[in-house]
Amino acid sequence: MDTLVITGAQLLGDRAADIVVEHGVIAEIGTGLSRTGARVIDADGLVALPGLVDLHTHLREPGYEASETILTGTRAAAAGGFTAVFAMPNTSPVADSAGVVEQELALGEAAGYATVQPIGAVTVGQKGERLAELGAMASSRAKVRVFSDDGFCVFDPLIMRRALEYVKSFGGVIAQHAQDPRLTEGAQMNEGVVSAELGLAGWPAVAEESIIARDVLLAEHVGSRLHVCHLSTAGSVDIIRWAKKRGIDVTAEVTPHHLLLTDELVRGYDAKYKVNPPLRREEDVLAVREGLADGTIDIVATDHAPHPSENKACEWQAAANGMVGLESALRVVHQSMVQTGLIGWSDVARVMSATPARIGLLDGHGTPLEVGQPAHIALYDASHEGTFTAADLHGRSHNSPYLGRDLPGRVEWTIHGGVVTVAAGAVVEELTA
Amino acid sequence: MRHLLDTHTLDREGALRILDVAEDMSDTQSRENRKLPTLRGKTVVNLFFEDSTRTRISFEAAAKRLSADVINFAAKGSSVSKGESLKDTAQTLQAMGADAVVIRHHASGAPRTLATSGWISAGVVNAGDGTHEHPTQALLDAFTIRKRRFGADSRGRDLSGTRVVIVGDVLHSRVARSNVWLLTTLGAEVTLVSPPTLVPQNVSQWPVRVLYDLDEALADGPDAVMMLRIQLERMNAAYFPSEREYSRRWGLDAMRAATLPGDSIVMHPGPMNRGLEISAEAADSPRSTVLEQVANGVSVRMAVLYLLLAGERDDERGEGS
Repeated sequence: MDTLVITGAQLLGDRAADIVVEHGVIAEIGTGLSRTGARVIDADGLVALPGLVDLHTHLREPGYEASETILTGTRAAAAGGFTAVFAMPNTSPVADSAGVVEQELALGEAAGYATVQPIGAVTVGQKGERLAELGAMASSRAKVRVFSDDGFCVFDPLIMRRALEYVKSFGGVIAQHAQDPRLTEGAQMNEGVVSAELGLAGWPAVAEESIIARDVLLAEHVGSRLHVCHLSTAGSVDIIRWAKKRGIDVTAEVTPHHLLLTDELVRGYDAKYKVNPPLRREEDVLAVREGLADGTIDIVATDHAPHPSENKACEWQAAANGMVGLESALRVVHQSMVQTGLIGWSDVARVMSATPARIGLLDGHGTPLEVGQPAHIALYDASHEGTFTAADLHGRSHNSPYLGRDLPGRVEWTIHGGVVTVAAGAVVEELTA
Repeated sequence: MRHLLDTHTLDREGALRILDVAEDMSDTQSRENRKLPTLRGKTVVNLFFEDSTRTRISFEAAAKRLSADVINFAAKGSSVSKGESLKDTAQTLQAMGADAVVIRHHASGAPRTLATSGWISAGVVNAGDGTHEHPTQALLDAFTIRKRRFGADSRGRDLSGTRVVIVGDVLHSRVARSNVWLLTTLGAEVTLVSPPTLVPQNVSQWPVRVLYDLDEALADGPDAVMMLRIQLERMNAAYFPSEREYSRRWGLDAMRAATLPGDSIVMHPGPMNRGLEISAEAADSPRSTVLEQVANGVSVRMAVLYLLLAGERDDERGEGS
């Protein structure tokens, strides 16, 4: 493994310093640093962030390798400045057993571009009926701590209660995809002004908010920890705010696309804007930004959801839900949260690195840029102005809603445990472990 | 006109142009030889992903009376039912040289996707998409209202001051949506009457009045009452308790029809559920325009195909067609 000397990086966008990385660890931070034979990375003017951690990624392997693999997905992650991703369990077979999560872990280790931490399914086959063997997944080599039926809501309140209770024995957390299935039968987009005009079946905000309200009350009742995936409405922010004030142990995430895009984009029936939960109103976008800024929403998570082009190049109703998001996440947060003055770079480090790692109990990630900490680092050119294009995508699928859109910034370097995965803006082909 | 995808983006001038050309087409339909040579050599494909004999034969009659070649492509029993995508179907039609595609699809927005995808260069006519729009139905309804009101003096006139009540399942109705936009663009005042469960959330931006009480709407003596077809499967999804209750509260029975002013018309896009949303007396009365709507449908669709294929297309300007 190379020794690295990163020169002139602005730590969390603040003071410029040099960083020496030796044996995968931050060995020294200071000025005028050098090491004989070291690889020097000129980071003058770049913002140094701790390697980003995504609590919500779909890597599609095993089972849907036409959309993404653990290798291609983690290359996309690296391109976006991520050094760890939590892989959602809606694979085929579903990651509801120790065998599948250990396979994913091993594939991630072999790929090397980012740490892959599997998320286990809450229920067998994500069917919402019987608890999966959560303990076996927790005790496996994958050390699963986050459980989710993402894509499906754990709708049965009794199953949800039991799951919240059961994972306490190993400090786990249930990450809920909050969607009342009855209120969203056939739902195609946010229910409101635009859906009324377009004649698309509505996905009402109340279908998300009612489940979140129920779940925070359940978490309070059984004294458990709850994580709410991709909340998307102003009402959801209010409920989380209320729950936290009440002392309920709940955390919440928002996706980059819900920080930036609205349901007005659906008017052309272009399925690249089809996602679940759906794009909401402008008021909701402003509310989730405010919630992220004031700490009500704890983290940003991508919900990176690759799909092959044929699942998007079709009529809206037939199209798949989901957007790729790893490569664009930091740039979208930069535009929607930093350029708007709502948060600074230290907050970005908190909501995209430290807190997601803490929620997911992922040791050795989300750690600060300090001597002795693992060398997970993203170097970001915040002054870059540009358009997001297909050349920015590094996964197997191209279903990004940002293609052709102006997004600031560019990830120049990503370092995963001392290994350079992105160098001068390009994903490294042969990693030097 | 490049495509006809909806009435929402159709302006007053464009709508009147279609209606006035439809008047010309209607005039030709009383001649002994009703066939015009206008679209000889053009190919019109009726691409129907959803059964609709009425709309399909109306378009077919319109195209044939303009001497176009007509290909009927029903998705059932074709490669589409074996899972062929809209894209592959479109590219197949493109390769066969379709000049216009008349598409009926169960998915809202499918005509727009077809028109904007780049898969096909043909003009696209929306013949009903999901619960979105059915623009030629609204055009024939507007034509019918205008004709009843102004007779031979219809050309160039809009519907300013005309009061239209649309009754029924607005939520799932592409006919209602297209009529709301077109009739209000033409100056009509539109009232929607529906059970609250069958009004979309939210219609605050629609230029209409919404009432839940049919009698209240009829008390104003509207110029036209348009009854929408109610789908019986809605009952099972708890939109209303029973057929009987729906009929009693939102059906146009003989008593209600009798309260209307003498020159008010009763419309229905068909097919009717007699005894449910409309009584036989109302449907068969002299104020009913049901069969006129069918006849006018052919004229309006002739006008649309004519403007799409015989006129100067936006993308062909300067080529001297």
